[in-house]
Amino acid sequence: MTGWERFTDSFFNARVMAEYLPKIVDGFVLTVWLALLIIVAGLALGLLLAVLRAFGLRPLNWLIVFTVDLFRALPPLVIIVLLFFGLPNAGIELSGFVASWLALTLVLMAFAEEIFWAGITSVPKGQWEAARSTGLGFVQTLAFVVLPQALRITIPPLTNRTIAITKGTALASVVAVQDILGAANAGVSFSFNPSPLTLGAIAYLILFFPVVVLGRWIETRFAWRR
Amino acid sequence: MSPAPIVDARAIHKHFGHLHVLRGVDLQVAEKELVFLIGPSGSGKSTLLRCLNRLEEPSAGSVTVDGIDMLDPRTDINKARQRIGMVFQSFNLYPHMTALGNVALALRKVQGLPRADAEAKAQAALERVHLADRADHYPAQLSGGQQQRVAIARAIALEPRVMLFDEPTSALDPELVGGVLAVMRELREDGMTMVVVSHEMGFARAAADRVVFMADGLIVETGPPGEIFANPQHERTRAFISQIERH
Repeated sequence: MTGWERFTDSFFNARVMAEYLPKIVDGFVLTVWLALLIIVAGLALGLLLAVLRAFGLRPLNWLIVFTVDLFRALPPLVIIVLLFFGLPNAGIELSGFVASWLALTLVLMAFAEEIFWAGITSVPKGQWEAARSTGLGFVQTLAFVVLPQALRITIPPLTNRTIAITKGTALASVVAVQDILGAANAGVSFSFNPSPLTLGAIAYLILFFPVVVLGRWIETRFAWRR
Repeated sequence: MSPAPIVDARAIHKHFGHLHVLRGVDLQVAEKELVFLIGPSGSGKSTLLRCLNRLEEPSAGSVTVDGIDMLDPRTDINKARQRIGMVFQSFNLYPHMTALGNVALALRKVQGLPRADAEAKAQAALERVHLADRADHYPAQLSGGQQQRVAIARAIALEPRVMLFDEPTSALDPELVGGVLAVMRELREDGMTMVVVSHEMGFARAAADRVVFMADGLIVETGPPGEIFANPQHERTRAFISQIERH
């Protein structure tokens, strides 16, 4: 067997690939669900925290900043493991899926809050003053004047961060979730051949490549009309 | 001056940390009067203006506008501010809305007009500043002078009793100043009460009823433009006027 044949036999073994393709497809569907739930919950919570922070209530803001810094500092894998293996000691049993979802949601929430907050503070003070001078209240100014501008500014960094954290769904395989990587790893173990990993990589590309392209499209779509 | 001024600010003090920016300022403005605030930068004229609609909270003193105590915590400040239009040096138009949207926002969200009514009113306000044909333009598609006129339309659409202008032409290229001043002059002719912080001395001469000269957080001298410019009483005023005239 030549080196090239050994390589193709290891990573592009058609028989192994065909055998484990259904498992990878299942993992694909599960990863999509996990990613969607993380994105929806993480972004919503991040926006909520940023808006709450805009009210400028000192003790609340300290709490928000502490929470956000905590989840930005901890590696996502550590959070997943803590939730999955730690919480049962406190009588709370989470499935691997829920533990992974919660952990990555909290991480995305933290980073999204910082990005939304940066967007809110980047809107010039004059915008607040102009709106308030016409009689708009604080919440109205935030909703109609500041947030629409802040959200546009945040879309590029938010898209990048969301993609980065959503790829962390692969970490769920550590707590026995049969996501793409989990299914691929299982396939490798059973077949003694790494070809399922190739399938997994392809699955990740199919999943995230459109997301990256979509992010690019959103960026141009939300650019100012100049 | 008429017995009941529409703007009545008394003994206004403002501290920014250690800075004592306003040190006991009184300003009364009669209905339909155009008062010009002049003075060197840092004299507190913009701060005084911003105290009138409580964009800046005075540290002490009282402000009454159109009979409403602006500093009373029970005053509905958002309601009171609709009677006081404000125009800013940097226009501060909302970049994500068209000219029409900028003008219509407060009509819809503050005054609660249905969209169609708000837009009709906004369109009328844009006509008053001669920008009816720019209603669907975004701020970035307008010149500085046009943006400032949209900002004026945004303020007058709410039918305020008083208009505050904070250096409305300072950020404009010289050739665009004229259009903004023309609109301000028309407002004046329509009987709008106006308080203007500006360095446009020619406009002050031609249009102001009264010029107030401020320095170091105090009103140094006040009088009709003819007197202040031709025959200033105080040394500080003389020095400032001669400096301005040289340019």
